[in-house]
Amino acid sequence: MEKVVEVVDVSMNYHTLEGETQAIRKLNLYITNGEFVSIVGPSGCGKSTLLSLISGIIMPTSGKILVNGKKVDGPSPSVGYMLQKDHLFEWRTIIKNITIGLEIQGKLNKENQEFVEKLLNEYGLYEFRNYYPKQLSGGMRQRVALIRTLATKPDILLLDEPFSALDYQTKIAISEEVWLILKKEKKTAILVTHDLAEAISMSDRIIVLTKRPAEIKSIHQIKLTCDYKTPITCREAPEFRVYFNTIWRELDVHV
Amino acid sequence: MSMYDNMEKDYVSEGYKKYLISHKRFKSAIRVSRIVILILIFVLWEFAANNEWIDPFIMSQPSKILYTLTSMAKDGSLFIHTGVTVYETLVGFVIGTLLGSLIAIALWWSDFLASVLDPYLVVLNALPKTALGPIILVWIGGTTKSIIVMALLFSIVVTIINVFTAFRNCDEDKIKLLKTFGATKKQILQKVVLPSGVTTIISTLKINVGLSLVGVIVGEFLVSKAGLGYLIIYGGQVFKMDLVMTSVLILAIVAAVLYLSVLWIEKKVLKMM
Repeated sequence: MEKVVEVVDVSMNYHTLEGETQAIRKLNLYITNGEFVSIVGPSGCGKSTLLSLISGIIMPTSGKILVNGKKVDGPSPSVGYMLQKDHLFEWRTIIKNITIGLEIQGKLNKENQEFVEKLLNEYGLYEFRNYYPKQLSGGMRQRVALIRTLATKPDILLLDEPFSALDYQTKIAISEEVWLILKKEKKTAILVTHDLAEAISMSDRIIVLTKRPAEIKSIHQIKLTCDYKTPITCREAPEFRVYFNTIWRELDVHV
Repeated sequence: MSMYDNMEKDYVSEGYKKYLISHKRFKSAIRVSRIVILILIFVLWEFAANNEWIDPFIMSQPSKILYTLTSMAKDGSLFIHTGVTVYETLVGFVIGTLLGSLIAIALWWSDFLASVLDPYLVVLNALPKTALGPIILVWIGGTTKSIIVMALLFSIVVTIINVFTAFRNCDEDKIKLLKTFGATKKQILQKVVLPSGVTTIISTLKINVGLSLVGVIVGEFLVSKAGLGYLIIYGGQVFKMDLVMTSVLILAIVAAVLYLSVLWIEKKVLKMM
């Protein structure tokens, strides 16, 4: 399989007046085309830092990151980022929120506008396109945030705990939906999450990181026996519990 | 606003009807009381002056204020002086708000500049601007210009501080979101920092319009040949208390109208957003 993201010997240090913090140490990993990979690890271990590095909004202290074989030296249109909250702009309508990425990249042409309308139609948001965000429910808002990310046609999606602000039921439903959309659009995805069940049910592979400075603790190829694989049906697979227990033990949580 | 309103619109229960009626009664009781207080003050004032409980020469009285008002309206001086004050206030207010917001943008743009200027802003904000009046008068001269500068001085520092704080409180994650799309600093300013600061800018307008009026009156006290501040000072000097009271009354109305106009603009703008 073709490697679309490669992280090579990456270290990341943060500097403050109180001192230097090493967030990531000599990290190596890769993600192949079309793969859904989750990254789990203890709180504050540098998971989100890793996503910021891949997206190119911050630069590593040492090492390099390749996206589609090219060294990352700034935000690139081939990488889309979905944050914890939907961060819809209350003063923009849904359609204007969705096209903000295109607007910034100067690509708000007819072809892309048609593409956005197609996405809106396909994912049941077309009739809400002139609504304002506050008129939508939490789950719908998150769906809008996903479409906003897809509008700029990235190949790789970085998902930074995108469901953590939602209530439990909505979270399950939306993660199912997002998963189906990403599979349908044939996107590569990297999900950072605290929710092990979510990670196991959605991923092809799970990378477990150590506590700070983050290194790789283990990598699990997830193989679940279920006929029609979606996150919700996966939760019923007999192996689900085994993965859960193994990874839980590796996270070594003490409270 | 929500599309999930679950109460049916047409159905109103007895309890809810009672609640609405009692709410309405409460509201109208407030309104009536306000008017009654105003009328009482004027009636009592007039009565006290007529019976010489108070000296009408020093305290003036409503009938004389009314007489002054009508004679000023007849010779047009009422409109000239009010117009001058309103004009100066509005010019100072608009320039103060625009210039203040521009400076706030500059401070947002450059962390270095913001840090360097921070103590100056703090001191300027604490300094009673009235003290600068004589300096302005000497530098610019006894013209309308120095009154407008006074109005500007009163409102600009507060504007800079409030708007800059609003810009700085802009959600970091919203900025991060735009950065992931590759946004430049200018785009971040345009697309998220300015629009999310609009509510704050508008609420500073309400403060500014009042401060500008203070600046104008102080300015008119010092330099002018026209305006309500001039009438008050002049009336005081020649002991025409009717003129002073009338001017203060007009000033109160001007202040209220300006404030309500800004409130109206605020409502319109917020509705648009």
